[in-house]
Amino acid sequence: MTRRTETLLWVAQRASAAVLAVCVLVHLATIIYAVQGGLTGAEILARTRGNIAWAALYSVFVLAVAVHAPIGLKAVLAEWFGWRGRARDLALIVFAVVLAGMGLQAVRGVFA
Amino acid sequence: MNATLKVRVWRGDAAGAFREYEVPRRESQTVLDVVSHIQRALDPTLAYRFACRVGMCGSCAMTVNGAPRWTCRTHVDRVARGGRLEVAPLRNLPVIRDLVADMREFFDKWARAGGQFKGDRSRHDEFARVSPQSEKRGLADAGIECIGCAVCYSACDVVARNPDYLGPAALNRAWTLVNDERDAGNADRLRAVAGDAGCLSCHTHMSCTERCPKALSPTAGIAGLKRAVAVAALRGEL
Ligand code: SF4
Ligand code: SF4
Ligand code: FES
Repeated sequence: MTRRTETLLWVAQRASAAVLAVCVLVHLATIIYAVQGGLTGAEILARTRGNIAWAALYSVFVLAVAVHAPIGLKAVLAEWFGWRGRARDLALIVFAVVLAGMGLQAVRGVFA
Repeated sequence: MNATLKVRVWRGDAAGAFREYEVPRRESQTVLDVVSHIQRALDPTLAYRFACRVGMCGSCAMTVNGAPRWTCRTHVDRVARGGRLEVAPLRNLPVIRDLVADMREFFDKWARAGGQFKGDRSRHDEFARVSPQSEKRGLADAGIECIGCAVCYSACDVVARNPDYLGPAALNRAWTLVNDERDAGNADRLRAVAGDAGCLSCHTHMSCTERCPKALSPTAGIAGLKRAVAVAALRGEL
């Protein structure tokens, strides 16, 4: 990996952290607001089904996680397990794709 | 004050062990005084380094009761626990013998971090004028008093985990040059300090800043490098 790529990944991790901070706040505020009158599966689905704004926010949330987590894991793998190089990077790309895929599928599951 | 001090001193190379000595306690005694007493009066084979004894040269750093310190300016009063002292070579560097660490990698990293000044004027040109009030001069000043003692390097856990990491002192040096208005080598320097072996790996633990005997803040300089490197990468200049 070139130094420029490493640096851009670092920037991407900081930027995705900023996005995550906003998403987590909205997420927590929504939970606190929504649970006040008790919570059922039907109630949640009634709110999320067909709600474009909800789907958009959580899609952004999922994508930010898929960017943020693998880059952090890159440093953890290098510093704790000495795993560096191409095989690690490929494994992390797979990890990012799996995170994004599972997350987006979950979003679709409660939206559609 | 106890009449004597029990001192455990590292002897041998990496496979060595501590040996205990009894050293008479004196007023205003420094850790370097203790080590010198052992070498002069008890065991002349003890290897250690010092030169100036006044906190200028940066050669006397050792691990004292678990923490890296400049021994010539560290008073026994401040660090001895229950009349005991443990003195070992600096962490994160290979041990040559006893209290002498191999500093090559530490200084090679200064070179790798672009630590050399690169001017673009000759002696036929005018002197550069740098205002003492300028912001850049202030930033350079904040890091310039480094004595190269490697205390910060020894305190840094990222160096321990990533042997390629350039470390706080080399990065602090690079930062002072990034802010040197006379220097013409910054494109190469930023490239040298970018990436996973460079400033981006710093975890901002601040162990370096806490331990630096000159009260410098390599952490702050590294934060500056991170910004500079990120901007350069986004502009495609890296
Ligand atoms: S702030 Fe950075 S350079 Fe200093 S000790 Fe922590 S990780 Fe090392
Ligand atoms: S930054 Fe401080 S601790 Fe590190 S080498 Fe320089 S003087 Fe020593
Ligand atoms: S002997 Fe020179 S700094 Fe300690």
